[in-house]
Amino acid sequence: MSSHSENPALQHHFDDLKQQYEAANMGMWAFLAQEIMFFGGLFSGYTVYRYKYLAAFIEGSNHLPIFWGALNTVVLIASSFTVAMAVRAAQLGRAKSLFNWIISTMVLGVAFLGIKSIEYADKYHHGLIPGANFTYDSPMAGQLKIFFSFYFVMTGMHALHMIIGIGLMIWLIPKIRRGAFTAEYYSPIENFGLYWHFVDIVWIFLFPLLYLIGREPWIQL
Amino acid sequence: MTTTSTTEAPSASGHHADHDVNYLNNEYGIKSWLLSLDHKRIGLLYLIMTTVFFVVGGIGAALIRIELMTPGGDLLEADTYNKMFTMHGVAMIFFFLIPSVPAVIGNFVLPIMIGAKDVAFPKLNLLSWYCYMVGGGLATFAIIAGGIDTGWTFYTPYSTTYANGYVSVALFGVFVNGFSGILTGVNFMTTVHKMRAPGMTWFRLPLFIWAQYATSLIMILGTPVVAITLLLVALERVFHIGIFDPALGGDPILFQHMFWFYSHPAVYIMIVPGFGVMSEVIACFSRKRIFGYSFVAFSSLAIAVLGFIVWGHHMFTTGQSIYAGMVFSFLTFLIAVPTAVKIFNWTATLYRGSVSMESPMLYAMGFMGLFLIGGLTGLFLSTMATDIHLHDTYFVVAHFHYVMVGGMVMAYLCGLHFWWPKMTGRMYSEVMAKTSAVLIFMGFNLTFFPQFVLGYLGMPRRYHVYPDEFQILHVASTAGATVLGIGYLVLFICLVSSLINGAKAGPNPWGAKGLEWMIESPPTPHNFHETPVVTFEAYAYEEEDTLLPVPGDGQTTGAVSH
Amino acid sequence: MDSTVEHSSPNHGGDHEGPHIAPMRMYVAIVGLLFLMTAITVCAAFVELGAFGTPVALAIAVFKASMVVLFFMHVRYNTPLMWVFAGAGFFWLLIMFSLTMQDYMTRDWETPAPIEFLDLL
Ligand code: HEM
Ligand SMILES: [Cu+2]
Repeated sequence: MSSHSENPALQHHFDDLKQQYEAANMGMWAFLAQEIMFFGGLFSGYTVYRYKYLAAFIEGSNHLPIFWGALNTVVLIASSFTVAMAVRAAQLGRAKSLFNWIISTMVLGVAFLGIKSIEYADKYHHGLIPGANFTYDSPMAGQLKIFFSFYFVMTGMHALHMIIGIGLMIWLIPKIRRGAFTAEYYSPIENFGLYWHFVDIVWIFLFPLLYLIGREPWIQL
Repeated sequence: MTTTSTTEAPSASGHHADHDVNYLNNEYGIKSWLLSLDHKRIGLLYLIMTTVFFVVGGIGAALIRIELMTPGGDLLEADTYNKMFTMHGVAMIFFFLIPSVPAVIGNFVLPIMIGAKDVAFPKLNLLSWYCYMVGGGLATFAIIAGGIDTGWTFYTPYSTTYANGYVSVALFGVFVNGFSGILTGVNFMTTVHKMRAPGMTWFRLPLFIWAQYATSLIMILGTPVVAITLLLVALERVFHIGIFDPALGGDPILFQHMFWFYSHPAVYIMIVPGFGVMSEVIACFSRKRIFGYSFVAFSSLAIAVLGFIVWGHHMFTTGQSIYAGMVFSFLTFLIAVPTAVKIFNWTATLYRGSVSMESPMLYAMGFMGLFLIGGLTGLFLSTMATDIHLHDTYFVVAHFHYVMVGGMVMAYLCGLHFWWPKMTGRMYSEVMAKTSAVLIFMGFNLTFFPQFVLGYLGMPRRYHVYPDEFQILHVASTAGATVLGIGYLVLFICLVSSLINGAKAGPNPWGAKGLEWMIESPPTPHNFHETPVVTFEAYAYEEEDTLLPVPGDGQTTGAVSH
Repeated sequence: MDSTVEHSSPNHGGDHEGPHIAPMRMYVAIVGLLFLMTAITVCAAFVELGAFGTPVALAIAVFKASMVVLFFMHVRYNTPLMWVFAGAGFFWLLIMFSLTMQDYMTRDWETPAPIEFLDLL
């Protein structure tokens, strides 16, 4: 049995770093299962209303700019890549490159939020924000309001997760600079990576479900 | 915190000869409690706060029962009455029963039972208590600032459009509290997977661990759904987003789907840990191995999974489709199977065991009878045709009190009596404890059995006035509640006075099996002086030579002989 | 967790944890694939697919998500138990979707009834 003075990163209640690492990994996955269900509640509400009010959802979706949505998808996928590289750098014990990859992830994350706020501002000007400014005039206005409510709650929850992720990076950066993470101990980086990938996955579903419903076809089959 | 305990760790074994150092006296001061990362101290923090909420909920119950003694509304106005049963339900369900066995008893014994020094994530464990405190604080604020009258179920469109008061604050409180459950679930699940001592294989685990594991599964996968649902209700109230608003085409029944997707599994959060306690106590006081260990173990998991596919039985009388009702009704019958498996296995364990009726066992017997009635009446309710008649009557009220109070509260008190000597190092008065068990059992039946009849006769729930002919049964119920209340009071006095003048408990007052009975009472800060090596099965009661099982290192055994 | 860590000697060698370190080109390949699929899903939205539009979009999203889970999140190299952990959430989501929708799709007093819904697509 290993003695506890081996590595300062080893917490007292674990026997060795392997146990500590595996526990952290598993705990994170259990937490992500929780996150899946959290967004899942929204997705199932979305599914119900999309089923009930498909026409309104199509109309609503056509008010969303595909360009910005697609660009944000690219930005977020790129950030998933950079954070994967950050984890790899941590695994290899390359502190400098770990730092750089985390910074690039942060830049991409901020870019995503920037684009999102352009879209939100645009919605505000068009009177499409339920609760704040909703002036849509159509027989289907009520149902459209429901579509936009889902749009804002879902993307808003997603953006909130991004903001938390950026906060986590701000918390990690000083530790990275202090050299707290080594090839033996990098669980916080890896777990942050898992979290960030999860946020990416949510967006991978949000994009087609919100932006790509019932567009006027250019190509007829 | 972490650094201090790390430096302490090696010296703990040096302290071994000094038996006076335990988790209660190794540090002093309020800070050493409020910032403690020790799972045992966090368990006690939960014990204190859940007791506070039990009292809050109890006050609500008392007022309700007094009001219902007469057919007219003389004590409370309609509105106040609504606020009282809401306060009662919210406090009892979210802030007492859900955290009771998992967060109090589970926190205390789970790591010890598997031979670990602590849970996998001690900081998350403390954070979960703070989530609970913040959530509880917000809910309490909502109650004090004017009360909420939606019922614990927060049904839309009532809660979104019509209800007065600080509904959003209460919702947010329940939302935050949800994360306490989620964190506990994540923690326990990881702990069971990764922190088991060498030799502690899955099938050597005490069944309490299996039950806690199944509960964690529900907490992790169910709680987030109610969290987001309640958040949507709050958004609906504040911003009128329309999702649950029929005026805009929103569907209030969607709320019920989402709410019960969590809340039916949540009733299993409230009972499965109690099943775990039962298995420990019944094995110990029958001096027998649990009959059909693996059946009992897997039935916990089966209940956890099946519990997620039956929620529609709460919605038979809503606009849910008949087809969906039939599906949910059928699935609900299925879940009675693993539940019955447990009851049969416990009964078979008792059979030809050397049963002794110490107070924990008395509570366990109470559980068996009461939960059986509660579960069986559940089957009446899951039959669509009968539920049309019984839905939203006192029959339902009686049903869920039989399972939640007769079942889970009995199980919780049973566990509390069982592990009390371990937690505090003190014995309580057997006479008083037995008295309280009997009073609670009798008072409970007198309170809730008449409610089955009332419901069958057509008394709806959540009304503060009723026709005269129901009065006699209501008076009986209130009389029972008085006995029940006295029972709880006796219990409270019994346990508190044990702290003051209880005899010192040895490491193993019940002659029970399991790692927690092989260490000092109260345990040392790190539970074990050295990680134990497990070479025996849970419930090895029948093998004489394992009466004092010898783990791999001498020191743990040393603890037993003191 | 908060304690500062000096560079400790690699006393655990390479064997202290499971996930092997994937080569850089794997990550590049995956991210390229994800970009490609994004382009495809946008294009597909402008092709007349009728009732297949949503299934196609969802299939692409599921594929992308699986790539992220398997390669970026290293599930591919993890233990079978962690496959279960990663899959459980999605499985439970399916339970929620199917049992909720079986109500809405069979409510004969509501619009759209299932048949009308197919027409809408
Ligand atoms: C064999 C197992 C069980 C079955 C078949 C069952 C069935 C049911 C049904 C069909 C209802 C809905 C009645 C109605 O509103 O018309 C119900 C309500 C309820 N059950 Fe159970 N149940 C079972 C076990 C439990 C357990 C173990 C608990 C809690 C520990 C529980 C707690 C509740 C509660 C709280 C309600 C009422 C919720 C409300 O409307 O406020 N049940 N049960
Ligand atoms: Cu239920």
